[in-house]
Amino acid sequence: MAETAVAHAPLCVLEGIVKRFGDLAANDHVDLSLYRGEIHALLGENGAGKSTLVKILDGLLTPDEGRILWDGQQVDLSNPEEAAALGIGMVFQHFSLFDNLTVAENIAVAMPSGVSFRALNRRIADLGKRYGLALDPRREVWTLSAGERQRIEIVRALLREPKLLILDEPTSVLTPQESEALFTTLRELAAQGCALLYISHKLEEVTRLCDRATILRGGRVVAHCNPREETPGKLASLMVGTDIPALHERSHAQGEILFATQSLSAPAEELHAVALSNISLSVRSGEILGLAGIAGNGQSELFEILSGERHAEDAAMIQIAGVDCGLEGIDARRRKGAAFLPEERNGHAAVGAMALSDNVVLSRHGSGGLTRRGVIDRRIAQQWVDAVIARFDVRAPSANAKANQLSGGNLQKFVVGREMLGSPKVLIIDNPTWGVDAGAATLIRQALLDLSASGAAILMISQDLDEIFAIADRIAVIHAGRVSTPVPVGDVTREQIGLLMIGGEGTAHAA
Amino acid sequence: MRLELLPRTDVTPIKRALAPLWAIGFALLIGAGLVILLGRSPLAAFKVYFLEPLTDPWALQELAVKATPLIIIATGLVYCFRANLWNIGAEGQLIMGAIVGSIVPLATVDLESAAWVLPLSLVLGILGGALYGAIPALLRNRFGVSEILVSLMLVYIAELTLDYLVRGPWRDPKGFNFPTTPSFPDFALLPNLASEGRLHAGLLIALLGAVMTWFVFGRTMFGFGIRVAGEAPRAARFAGFNAPKMTLIAFLISGGMAGLAGIVEVTGQIGQLKPAISGGLGFTAIIVAYLGRLHPVGIIFGAFTIALTIYGGEAAQIALKLPLDLTRTFQGILLFCVLAADALTTYRLRLVTGAHE
Repeated sequence: MAETAVAHAPLCVLEGIVKRFGDLAANDHVDLSLYRGEIHALLGENGAGKSTLVKILDGLLTPDEGRILWDGQQVDLSNPEEAAALGIGMVFQHFSLFDNLTVAENIAVAMPSGVSFRALNRRIADLGKRYGLALDPRREVWTLSAGERQRIEIVRALLREPKLLILDEPTSVLTPQESEALFTTLRELAAQGCALLYISHKLEEVTRLCDRATILRGGRVVAHCNPREETPGKLASLMVGTDIPALHERSHAQGEILFATQSLSAPAEELHAVALSNISLSVRSGEILGLAGIAGNGQSELFEILSGERHAEDAAMIQIAGVDCGLEGIDARRRKGAAFLPEERNGHAAVGAMALSDNVVLSRHGSGGLTRRGVIDRRIAQQWVDAVIARFDVRAPSANAKANQLSGGNLQKFVVGREMLGSPKVLIIDNPTWGVDAGAATLIRQALLDLSASGAAILMISQDLDEIFAIADRIAVIHAGRVSTPVPVGDVTREQIGLLMIGGEGTAHAA
Repeated sequence: MRLELLPRTDVTPIKRALAPLWAIGFALLIGAGLVILLGRSPLAAFKVYFLEPLTDPWALQELAVKATPLIIIATGLVYCFRANLWNIGAEGQLIMGAIVGSIVPLATVDLESAAWVLPLSLVLGILGGALYGAIPALLRNRFGVSEILVSLMLVYIAELTLDYLVRGPWRDPKGFNFPTTPSFPDFALLPNLASEGRLHAGLLIALLGAVMTWFVFGRTMFGFGIRVAGEAPRAARFAGFNAPKMTLIAFLISGGMAGLAGIVEVTGQIGQLKPAISGGLGFTAIIVAYLGRLHPVGIIFGAFTIALTIYGGEAAQIALKLPLDLTRTFQGILLFCVLAADALTTYRLRLVTGAHE
């Protein structure tokens, strides 16, 4: 099908697109043709210029040079409305939703005026049935999980019947089954003649789903290829420009239990938060336990309570190195040799408007020798920054840049490095590579393997099953606040895990 | 058609530092327009407002006297504002500090001399303001009540308490029925810094407070915690900072400084309690805090700028018969311009036109 579609005239052509920010050329003479009925992958590391290109297509940015042809006609896209009027739909990686409005209201704001809510609700329900995008139109967005929020974005785009649909990392919060369902949707859309521009870091799915790929590096197009004929490794090395090192496996020598929860339960703190129910887990020295699950099933609540941001109801519910610490705060737990890293970089693991050295102080003030009688030693903090930058290959504009001056991947390497540098005995980490590029993800995963090889116990919450299967020793699934019995990763299939992720009983209880 | 704010990518520290100067420039232009509307010459107004006070040594002292309480209150407000806590009741904390701080001087009116009275009354002034400031913090921590409403409403309670005291139990029996307390004894007053003029030691207290605040926010864990709490509350939890405790301490410091400003005003230049001892200093200090970008050094400049508008306003009232309200209006314009200049330094405006608005 792809071959015949490509033979037609292109739907949309970008010619010689240049976009500069100061001295930096985010897009440097980029050419791209998109055909009806094709699924076209746009690949590149963070900072390669993908977002800039996509924003130009969506009318959010105006190119400095070059032109855009739509059905052979030159067009000016000066705002998203014009792009939408042409038939360009966009599903962003970062949700642009109003938290206090309902699903239907969020969808209505993106629709032309004059559509009644009743009609809208029916169309939402239709789309949901057709594409497996179940949504309750009356729920308020703040009560929804990341996965559900993304469904709103997709439905919102589909309702406008786009001719070109751009998707930025759409599967990052989906289960394997949900991803497959989405691929079915996307293939169907393509079969109906829609052009799809697909941005993803999951190269394996790109090789299965996409007909063509354009690879950007440093703002330039470095390759066009047919992803079906390439391996994920080859695509990754084209993106990075060098070969991506494979992960070094480590010995699986495991020691004593360093971190454990015993019948950990916690009521939901807010109306739509998830209650945790009877969670018993243990992680040994040298072991990585992967906790899979769809976003919004209690991961953030579990992280809060494991880290001590919120206290458990009973001291014995959480143990670090055999010592009860359920009633202690996060800093006391850090002093016991534990380190924590939440999912959200901006505003949780790091403060964007603050310098990197301040961001070291943020989590290491009690356990890093950074303060004396309440006074911060800036020199030592800066030494930490330098050490993290050197060891974790963080590309920062300066040694004491602000956190928000770093790209997502570099900031993630920085916060991971900050937590690992003190050689913690226990590391609780939530989605360590969410939204980071292949190079950074590999580096972070290798660092996790190395840390566990040095004897640390790691509990890794992740929505990325590939990641769990790549580096974890055992896997458990969290669903609706309950956690399944952990099993060795070699003993289960993705499909069994996928069933557990949606609450099915499955057959994964091999242990 | 609508306006959009787009983040600028080229914001340098110099541009940021120059923004308040732009703001003052624009505020002056608007002010000149107002003066013209009132039928006066803007040049004459400019001379009375700004040139004369800055060239006359006596007036310079007077500026420092007016700036002193503003510096003290505004540096205190930094502790709340940086933590995203909206203490707008500094006026009430100031009055309560003045009341509590006046207890000892009023009780020792008949003594010959007692060196301990002044320091004790300053400490009590801080305490009075701090405890009064703790009320909104405790209500916020315990019941989730908006600190904005509570701190503001407590202003009226403080004002009426002062009014009651000076008309009732604390009224000077030899005061011809005027609503004032007896004049404080000399040993309870802050010493003057110059043999002539009204400049008093309060200015040194204000500068000391600014230096300490600068150190707290530049170097200490506590100041760091306040900044994190204001920038990113979730990161503050991740850091392990106790939010309710920090809220309370921020209000205690903020209220304490406002209380200190109150007792400094009373012991530095008024010398007794009257129904009105502040005239809105606690509110004006909010402008000062933002004019100084919540930074102690900036606040010192901001306080002198505002003191200039107050002093100039009084002079203009006398010399040009311009209404004193013009001063308040000008301060409002100035705050507006400062906020706008900050916003326009960080963002640029884009006019969006399209068919589907």
